[in-house]
Amino acid sequence: MQELINNIVAAGTFGKMPETLVAAIVIIVLSAVVFLGIAFPFAGIVSWVERRVWARIQSRVGPNRVGPNGFLQWLADGVKHVCKEDVIPTDSDHQLFKIAPYLVVLAFVLPWAVMPFSSSLILADMNVGILYMTSVTAITVVGVLMAGWASNDKWSLIGGIRSAAQIVSYEIPAGLSIFPVVLMTGTLSMQGIIRAQGWAPQHWFLFANPFTFVAANILYVSALAEGNRTPFDLPEAESELVAGFATEYSGMRYLFFFMAEWGNLFIIGAIITTLFLGGWQFPQVSNNAVVMNILQLITFNVKVLFLVFVSMWIRGTLPRVRIDQLMSLCWKYFVPISFVNMIGTAIWVAIWPEGNSVAGYIMFALGIVLAVIFIQRVMYYLRRSRMELYFRPTI
Amino acid sequence: MALWLFVFLAVISLVSALGVIVQRNPVHCLLALVLTILALAVLFIALDATVVGFLQIIVYAGAIMVLFLFVIWLLNLQAETGPTGSLALKFFGTIASAALVAELWSFLLRPHLKVKYVGESASYGTLGALSQKLFTDYLIAFEATSILLLAAIVGAVALARRAPGQRDSRQGSLP
Repeated sequence: MQELINNIVAAGTFGKMPETLVAAIVIIVLSAVVFLGIAFPFAGIVSWVERRVWARIQSRVGPNRVGPNGFLQWLADGVKHVCKEDVIPTDSDHQLFKIAPYLVVLAFVLPWAVMPFSSSLILADMNVGILYMTSVTAITVVGVLMAGWASNDKWSLIGGIRSAAQIVSYEIPAGLSIFPVVLMTGTLSMQGIIRAQGWAPQHWFLFANPFTFVAANILYVSALAEGNRTPFDLPEAESELVAGFATEYSGMRYLFFFMAEWGNLFIIGAIITTLFLGGWQFPQVSNNAVVMNILQLITFNVKVLFLVFVSMWIRGTLPRVRIDQLMSLCWKYFVPISFVNMIGTAIWVAIWPEGNSVAGYIMFALGIVLAVIFIQRVMYYLRRSRMELYFRPTI
Repeated sequence: MALWLFVFLAVISLVSALGVIVQRNPVHCLLALVLTILALAVLFIALDATVVGFLQIIVYAGAIMVLFLFVIWLLNLQAETGPTGSLALKFFGTIASAALVAELWSFLLRPHLKVKYVGESASYGTLGALSQKLFTDYLIAFEATSILLLAAIVGAVALARRAPGQRDSRQGSLP
């Protein structure tokens, strides 16, 4: 970031403007590009992709009318929601009711400041990057509770309480699962964590030792639970709570909650990719910085989008858990296992301070075995299902 | 920290702190408290104590705030319609708060408290420096606090635990 600003100042594009002003302009333009060009369209496109993938899993077709393959469905939905009446219930707490969706969107927007897209494409490489990420996403709970309470409606209130209990509980295993990586790198900076890994899978922290492998899985599931995703979407369980904390909302405010939910998928994927999947690491194939940055950008996004895709599978496959199952999963299983991970990684780092490369290869081989077993199961079910949908994905 | 930033944050935190005690609705008070906490966190970050600032957001704005809200809902606190409490309570309350203000005032006016701004790039707020302090100079206080919290957790579990023969009230109550 600083290099980019220095280069622009040196090139003299802006004439004799003071350096801080140039820096401010560059940061504002880049932030606008990130939010308007990546974050919000991403949330929209994901909603379309998810409906298509979900439909495929349930042997349906999904939205395919607006634009090629229904690609513009998200724009149509957006226009529809903007045009709808913004209903505010008379008995609600008007100010809080209006503010709540913005807080949820704020918690979705803030993490993008430390999103490490490539070795130089990052808005702010803070030395507490991952701590920043977890702390600003904690603001979601304020918005959700505010929405649930301000609606002055039983469904909303129960949805808000459920969501708060769920987010606060699952923050603990999620936070504890970040520690093994921090122990191994000794830094909280996003770029620092990525630089400590290699481009090859056996150098990723996912395969660094058995504890980090478990930690990565716990972090992914906890992040899904924090993002109110199925199978943990109890706060908005349609069959019992209408739409949970969003029941009384309509129009654009209603859409804000769901934009944040879909957009959060990218943030979940980015956290896992940064911590465990080697981030943007790509072999040094060119000395040209621009080429390398583009390759790194593609690598990072492919990994993140794969994780987003996996969360769609999970949503299409698993039924919703019960509230007591949700809580016992967190407190009786995830939290103790996370502590074991932490202590185990600490011992591992004490024995092999530079990491154990043999363990990396063994863990990677085990990972491949797991993937093969998974693919075999999927192929088994594919053979017994309606083939035409899978062979013609663009109906 | 720039002066304008300090003034901005100080005004926000003071106004929202006033909101905590002035407003009648407990939930509004709580949200004003969250705003105070966030303003304080930004103040910490602006003073280069980044780790403390972000931990403040996670712990207080996230978890403690939810705890307060649950307490408010479970006790079913309503908005107060008028001044409550007896005249004696008000009398002694006024005296106590006046004493507190006088004490704070005399403390803040002591000469050794007039610290100077040490300048940019202070490294005392990084995670390494903080852990160094916690695990060397303040080790006993740190461990004593953790034992205290552990005792609180054990106490909570002991209170919530059912006697061995007691029937689980959650079972069988489903329709």
